[in-house]
Amino acid sequence: MKNFKVLGSGCKKCATTADLISAKAADLGIDIEIEKVTDMGAIMGYGVMSTPGVVLNEAVVHSGSIPTPKSIEDWIKS
Amino acid sequence: MFEIFTKLADWSTYSVLGLTPKTHLAEAVHFFVEDVTKIFFLLVLVIFAIGLFRSMLTPERVRKVVAGRSRAVSYPMAVGLGAVTPFCSCSSVPLFIGFLEAGIPLGVTMAFLIASPMINEVAVVVLAAAVGWKIAVLYVVAGLTVGILGGLAIEFFKLEKWVEEYVWKIRMGETVLQQGATTLKQRVDYAWGQVKEIFGRIWIYVLIGVGIGAALHGFVPQEFFLKYASADNLLAVPSAVLVGIPLYSNATGVIPIVEALLSKGVPIGTVLALMMSVAAISLPEMIILRKVLKPQLIATFIGILFVAFITVGYLFNALLT
Repeated sequence: MKNFKVLGSGCKKCATTADLISAKAADLGIDIEIEKVTDMGAIMGYGVMSTPGVVLNEAVVHSGSIPTPKSIEDWIKS
Repeated sequence: MFEIFTKLADWSTYSVLGLTPKTHLAEAVHFFVEDVTKIFFLLVLVIFAIGLFRSMLTPERVRKVVAGRSRAVSYPMAVGLGAVTPFCSCSSVPLFIGFLEAGIPLGVTMAFLIASPMINEVAVVVLAAAVGWKIAVLYVVAGLTVGILGGLAIEFFKLEKWVEEYVWKIRMGETVLQQGATTLKQRVDYAWGQVKEIFGRIWIYVLIGVGIGAALHGFVPQEFFLKYASADNLLAVPSAVLVGIPLYSNATGVIPIVEALLSKGVPIGTVLALMMSVAAISLPEMIILRKVLKPQLIATFIGILFVAFITVGYLFNALLT
């Protein structure tokens, strides 16, 4: 199962990002794991400086904005 | 170039609503329609144009470029890039840690964080449209200078001790440099995304700002401001800065108020001090920064900005009246 982590200090954009990923996975009928990472040390550990960031199976795939629906779909299906 | 918005306001105020010219209400409505349409139009245009250029710029890149430079280069660079780099205020904390971790001095990092909210391209263009290029350029120069001096002051007093200890212990992983936009289509998509995002975030502030500006313009008599806010009244500038602290808007939303105050004869320095205070000292931003800065440094930070804005106010009032 794919594991998603949304990196962010808990701002609105980060919450939106997590919601978008969950909703898209439900739409596609694919089970995923998703968690929010709010600990600053952990976020920086991924080398991400601009949030929200998205980590897919421990690899950073996105940072600095709410991702587009197209890229979310690509990650879930990849 | 902007006559079309005046004509639109003429038409909707006098023809559609049938208001009598020269009345308070007509003046206020006219101001509201003209400014809202003009600012919304400029916003879309400017955000899109800038978006095309900044699609290559990210905080990660700025960090890489600024790290390891001498102070003579890093301070101007930090405020210049702070003014144009896109980042949302909730990224202030990771950005702050990331800069320090790269060995960028605290003063330079703070200079970046001071300049960033104060100067943004949208505010500058709208300010230029409202009150002329000369004042817009003055505003930018003042903002960059405040950023540099603020950073230098923090460095001079060696305030690193007031940064939360855990910050110094964080080690960053390999920075992922986001692939910048490469094709024209990606750049257009990015720019359009910026228009939707920024416009969606600030339209309400613009409406509120223009509403207040229209009320000031139509209903508050000129003598009121001449009495309380003229350059002779030395308390006017500090009061403007104090009033601006609890008010939180972005620089763009304040501009209609700026325009109305100027048209009522309030001196330029006082108005710029208010604008800087509203844009740069905001409670939500301070709460976010509290995660990395001890209360003493937050207080010093606000204190430095407070003094800087008052100085800017007096200076412009003295030079331009």
